[in-house]
Amino acid sequence: MELYELTIHELHDRLKRKEVSSVEATRALLARIEATDPKVNAFITVTADEALTAAQEADKRIAAGEMDVLTGIPVALKDIFLTRGVRTTCGSKILAGFVPPYDATSWERLRERGAVLVGKLNQDEFAMGSSCESSAFGSTKNPWDLACIPGGSSGGSAAAIAARQATATLGTDTGGSIRQPASHCGCVGLKPTYGRVSRYGVIAYASSLDQVGPVTRDVRDAAIMLGAVAGHDPKDSTSVDRPVPDYTRSLVPDVKGLKVGLPREYHIPGLDPDVKQAMDAAIATYRQLGAEFVDISLPHTDYAVATYYLIATAEASSNLARYDGVRFGHRSAEAGGLVDMYNKSRAEGFGAEVKRRIMLGTYALSSGYYDAYYLKAQKVRTLIMHDFLKAFETVDVILTPVAPTPPFRIGEKVNDPLQMYLSDIFTIPVNLAGTCAVSVPTGLSQSGLPIGLQLIGRPFGEESIIKAAYAFEQATEWHKKKADI
Amino acid sequence: MKITRADVEHVAKLARLELTDEEAATFTGQMDAILAYVDKLNELDTSAIVPTAHAVPMENAFRDDVATDSIGIDNALANAPSRVEGFFRVPKVIE
Repeated sequence: MELYELTIHELHDRLKRKEVSSVEATRALLARIEATDPKVNAFITVTADEALTAAQEADKRIAAGEMDVLTGIPVALKDIFLTRGVRTTCGSKILAGFVPPYDATSWERLRERGAVLVGKLNQDEFAMGSSCESSAFGSTKNPWDLACIPGGSSGGSAAAIAARQATATLGTDTGGSIRQPASHCGCVGLKPTYGRVSRYGVIAYASSLDQVGPVTRDVRDAAIMLGAVAGHDPKDSTSVDRPVPDYTRSLVPDVKGLKVGLPREYHIPGLDPDVKQAMDAAIATYRQLGAEFVDISLPHTDYAVATYYLIATAEASSNLARYDGVRFGHRSAEAGGLVDMYNKSRAEGFGAEVKRRIMLGTYALSSGYYDAYYLKAQKVRTLIMHDFLKAFETVDVILTPVAPTPPFRIGEKVNDPLQMYLSDIFTIPVNLAGTCAVSVPTGLSQSGLPIGLQLIGRPFGEESIIKAAYAFEQATEWHKKKADI
Repeated sequence: MKITRADVEHVAKLARLELTDEEAATFTGQMDAILAYVDKLNELDTSAIVPTAHAVPMENAFRDDVATDSIGIDNALANAPSRVEGFFRVPKVIE
């Protein structure tokens, strides 16, 4: 195995045994990025010099016996995480030259444990998209098939894992933006319960839905990364003050007697036959392992996409008001007066998808429409949450596909935003309910593209989905398949 | 039609977003289709339903009223498109 292909725990073992240094591992990944990224475009910024300095520091810590599981591990972050002194663009032209003065809490926590940052990853602009095509820095390509999308919005976070350009990455998930790209690139992606991980220093899209989580090569790495970033942060008033369990203790391949819910509303007409087949095979595997299946109903599923696109765009229109050309970001050189400066700076700095969502959200919040759209959506959100809470009275986890189809081709859906939005049908309800879910590789389509299954847990039920995901992973070989790049 | 070109222009003004003619035309059609789609929420009677703003119920999160370090003026101004002394410089506000 090449150094760049190792998981966190495999590399940690080698670092601990002094078989390899962090500098060597970091060099291997930087060389891999240089060799593959001209094709994949997973990175917006590569931090080679900073990474080698950090790796030297990590090696000193290791030599001194002050080692954590993340010490010396090369990681990369979606370009939505503020990194002090390292350009952070959020995939947007409006932040093309922005260098943050402080770190996001989740990055600070990884950094303090000695993780090494190799670069910042491509994404849909302001995390708005399902394909990584709305980035101002060009589309990321799926390492399994360069003509296909890697998924989005954390497309770079998943593509970098599939292309073996980073040992682990962080993404964010507002409507599926960790799970869907993880599914499309054959990785593990975990979206924690809302409030589990601090959002401080994460550029805001829809504040009541955004959540930070890992994209990794296997379930063990996801448990390690989640444990490192989770926990209360006084700087995020919505982060929940509740103890963080040792998630690696849930890595027990035992699902005997586990009650798994299968929601009948997820049998949609547009479900791809390859996805259906992969799900049937996954159900058979779980049965063999001793899990029990229960048919359940999540009756408001069909309303989730409409609810999401009102709530998320309304919150986005408010959050993105800060890009006014005054304190940071692009300022138009053409501007006459103050209002003209706002209008032109925003017109020049934002891309089409971001403008469309700001417009939709502004409309949904505007005088005369607030009750009909935004308030209505918040009420339907209550119904969707109750669907899940009721289901969890009888089941431990819920099993669904992550996406209705394997990765689609670049350009296929760019001119039809509504079709693009509908591809998030299985992931969006989880964000609205605020609960947790994980995407795990569960097969390949006939054309050899990855397919993922989704395990949804109770609020703060990360341990149960990690356990169920680990049992499946250990019983199958899908996570060992590699993109040919 | 749920939305007209004039509505789109009004919303663009509220959002402080200068649109080209082409953008305004495209957004009119696309927003109309999206709003027609979200209309399906009206199939549900929500008159007795309490709205959800946040999935995790929480009270105001207060901390002790103690001054802590901030990022400082130089850091705060480091990304300013235009600055003068310790301030952000903006175009004239009052004509």
